[in-house]
Amino acid sequence: MAAQRREVTIIGSGPAGLTAALYSARANLKPLVIEGLEAGGQLMLTTAVENFPGFRDGIMGPDLMAAMREQAERFGAEIVRGHVHAVDFSSRPFVLTVGDDRIETQTLIIATGASAKLLGLPSERALMGHGVSTCATCDGFFFRGKPIAVVGGGDSALEEAIFLTRFASQVTLVHRRDAFRASKIMQDKALANPKIVVEWNSEVLEMLDPAASAVNGIVLRNLKTGVQKTLAVDGVFVAIGHTPNTSVFKGQLAADAGGYLITHDGSRTSVEGVFACGDVQDHVYRQAITAAGSGCMAALDAERYLESIQPPPITEAASAAS
Amino acid sequence: MASDKVITFTDDNFDTSVLQAGTPVLVDFWAEWCGPCRALGPTIDALAGDYAGRVSVGKLNVDENPGVTVKYMVRGIPTVMLFKGGQVVEQIVGVADKAEFKKALDKHL
Ligand SMILES: Cc1cc2nc3c(=O)[nH]c(=O)nc-3n(C[C@H](O)[C@H](O)[C@H](O)COP(=O)(O)OP(=O)(O)OC[C@H]3O[C@@H](n4cnc5c(N)ncnc54)[C@H](O)[C@@H]3O)c2cc1C
Repeated sequence: MAAQRREVTIIGSGPAGLTAALYSARANLKPLVIEGLEAGGQLMLTTAVENFPGFRDGIMGPDLMAAMREQAERFGAEIVRGHVHAVDFSSRPFVLTVGDDRIETQTLIIATGASAKLLGLPSERALMGHGVSTCATCDGFFFRGKPIAVVGGGDSALEEAIFLTRFASQVTLVHRRDAFRASKIMQDKALANPKIVVEWNSEVLEMLDPAASAVNGIVLRNLKTGVQKTLAVDGVFVAIGHTPNTSVFKGQLAADAGGYLITHDGSRTSVEGVFACGDVQDHVYRQAITAAGSGCMAALDAERYLESIQPPPITEAASAAS
Repeated sequence: MASDKVITFTDDNFDTSVLQAGTPVLVDFWAEWCGPCRALGPTIDALAGDYAGRVSVGKLNVDENPGVTVKYMVRGIPTVMLFKGGQVVEQIVGVADKAEFKKALDKHL
C-alpha cells in the first residue's frame, strides 16, 4: 500500500492514545490512531470503573472506551486497525511500519501502555486458554464451583481474587512474601473473604498438566522451608504486574531498566518530535485518569512542536496587507 | 463487512458443521462479556471473506454451548481453533493479528 503522510500519528487506543487523539483532532491536526491488537487498551479487560471522574455510579470499562473513541472520532480522528511492527526515527519524517503499510509522520505520540507479565514457565505458555489466564473478567466464568489460584500480592492480584470468588469454590492467593503489597483496604477485604486462602512465601514451580491440555494443579515451593507441594486447582490467574509495551522502540528511545520510556518536560522523549503518554512511561500511578491526562499533555506538546518547526502559513488577510 | 459469511456454531450443529466438514473449519470461542473477544471480531469477519470457499469460519458462544466448550477444555477466551478432519490442528489463544491467523491457516490448505 502507498505511504501515508501525517502530522500526528498516535500508537495505541487506550485512555492515553484516545485522549491525545481528541486533543489533536480538535486542533485540526487530523491525527491517525493505530489501535493495536488490544483495541481500547486495558480497560477492555475490566468491569466497573469506579474512579473515573464524572461517572457518579461508575461506568463499565468497555463502555468508557467506546465513548472516548466516539468522542475522538467526532472531531475527525481517524482510528485504524493494525499493530506497529517497526519504527525508524533516524530520518524525518519518522517512518512506521504497520503490517504491509508504511506511515510517515512529523510527530509521533506513543501510548502503547502495558501488558500483563507472565511467570515465564513453559507449562504456563502451554496451558494458556486451558486454565492459565491473565484476565479474571474474561475467564472467571469458566471456573464456576471450581478451586483456582491467583499468583501475586499487589492491588490487582487481590482485586482479581475477590472478583473470582463470585465463581470459584475457593481462591488460593500465592504470594512470594509474607505480606501483601496491596493497599490496606484491599487486604482487609480479601482476608475477610471466607473463600480466599493464602499461601505465603510461596512460588509456583510448575503448572500441571500440559499432557492433559488442562490445568489440574500447580506445584508450589515454600521459599522459607523449601518444602514443595501440589495444589489441586482448575485454573491459575497470573497477576504479578505489568510490563510496558516498548519492544519496538528498543535502542531508539531512552528507557529505564524496566523498559518504561523516559519522558522529560512534559511528555517529551529522547527524540525530538516523539512524545509518550500513559502507562508506557508511568510505573507509578497507572490509572485511566492519569493516562488520559498525560495523553492531553502529549497532544499539546506535539502541537507546539509542530508550530515550532513550521510557522503557521501566512493568512490571506495578512498576505493581502503586505 | 464479511460477517454474513461467519457461521454460528452450537452444541447441536458442531458434529455436522465442524467435525464432519469437508473443508478446514476455524472456530472462534467467544462470549458477549469478553472485551478482547469483541476486539477480535473484525479479524474473524475478514478471514471469513478472505478464505470463503476454502475454510469455513464461525463463532461458538461459550455461554450458550457448554458441551463443546467443556469437551475441548476451553477455559479462556478468545480462543480460536482450526479443525481439519475432525481434529484440532492449530489453536491461537488471545487476540492476534490477521497475519498470524493467515500463517496458521495457510499451513493446512
Ligand atoms: C483488569 C484491570 C482493571 C483496571 N481498573 C482500573 C480502574 O478501575 N481505574 C483506573 O483508573 N485504572 C484501571 N486500570 C488501569 C488502566 O486500565 C490503565 O492505567 C490504562 O488503561 C492505561 O492507559 P494507556 O492508554 O496508557 O494504555 P493501555 O490501556 O494499556 O492501552 C495501550 C494501547 O496500545 C496498543 N498497542 C500496544 N502496542 C502496540 C503496537 N506495537 N502497535 C499499535 N498499538 C499498540 C494496544 O493495542 C492498546 O490499545 C485497570 C487495569 C486492568 C488491567
